[in-house]
Amino acid sequence: MVPMHELSISSAIVDTVIRHARGRRVSAVRLQVGALRQVVPRSLDFYFGIASRDTVCDGADLELELIDALLRCAACENEWDPAPGTAHDRDPAALLPQFRCPRCSAAGAAVLAGDELLVDSIDVCEPEETSGQIPAMGATGGTRPHPSHHSS
Amino acid sequence: MHQTKVKVAEDALDANTTIATANRDDFDRAGVAVVNLMSAPGAGKTTLLERALAERGELRVGVLEGDVQGSIDADRISALHIPVVQINTDAGFGGECHLDANMVRSALGDLHLDELELLVVENVGNLVCPAEFSIGENAKAMICSVAEGEDKPLKYPLMFRSCELVVINKTDLLPHLDFDVERLITNIDRVNPEAEVIELSAKTGEGVGRFREWLFRITDRVGDPAGESAAPSPAG
Repeated sequence: MVPMHELSISSAIVDTVIRHARGRRVSAVRLQVGALRQVVPRSLDFYFGIASRDTVCDGADLELELIDALLRCAACENEWDPAPGTAHDRDPAALLPQFRCPRCSAAGAAVLAGDELLVDSIDVCEPEETSGQIPAMGATGGTRPHPSHHSS
Repeated sequence: MHQTKVKVAEDALDANTTIATANRDDFDRAGVAVVNLMSAPGAGKTTLLERALAERGELRVGVLEGDVQGSIDADRISALHIPVVQINTDAGFGGECHLDANMVRSALGDLHLDELELLVVENVGNLVCPAEFSIGENAKAMICSVAEGEDKPLKYPLMFRSCELVVINKTDLLPHLDFDVERLITNIDRVNPEAEVIELSAKTGEGVGRFREWLFRITDRVGDPAGESAAPSPAG
């Protein structure tokens, strides 16, 4: 069940890229992924390959920039990473994530970083002849085919 | 041919958020509050809704059922004379395991929103993808049953973080299980210290009144600014 998450996300990424590619062939996609998104990079890479089949993104490299989470306490303005500590920590509580402020125990932190699922930039192939009009958004390549090779 | 770098700087779920916002506008205009109810398969979403909505007084409630296939759950709700619309997700690509804003939008025409005060959307049973896709709801709630495991919040923090209410269901089974409710509550607090927690048994009805009250209170939120629940990602 969990890998389906990466398929859903891959489809959203491909749709976003297609809109910005405007029919041009895409060779690279740069994506910022926050730690709070529960994305498994290898799985995302795999499903991106499937979701991009028969689109302008087919064969494009997916470059991931992983971003650590950072929270800020609404009460005391303490900033911390909620990720669980490493297995070397002696305190068993350190093995759990911590979304309550470790300094003042208040709930209600703002997420400063870690929620990203951002298509940052793409590389597209431009034809040398620029006489041809670039298709408008949503035109050529603007819809993804619905391949039948996938099943849940 | 030459390569050009194109700056995009767009959240991959922006398109979903745009449609979710349009849904929310329609809900607000019709005066309907919307709850997105999520859980793993078999946690008891439909049974809880049957129990809670059997006693609904004068409140005009509708249900939107999301399932990969079939209308078994919709038929159960319909038996209570509650208007229900079924969405099957098996036709979509990548849409098999959750409802997204567009799927909900496509069902709005069948819903007669003007006749409702509360719409409960029973999402596809799944603890991962539904957390990512807002549908324009006023509140997200989830069910975790004691037949699952105390570690669920640690394995699916995104889902637990996205919900303001966590229902702990099937408490009638506790005498038969080696399940530590306090540990589950501690783990929920670890990932979402702001969550409200209600323990209940949809089977015996114990505690269901509290859930019903929570559900009906959401109707006060019609027209509230689309805050966190319409955002592309949960806030901590």
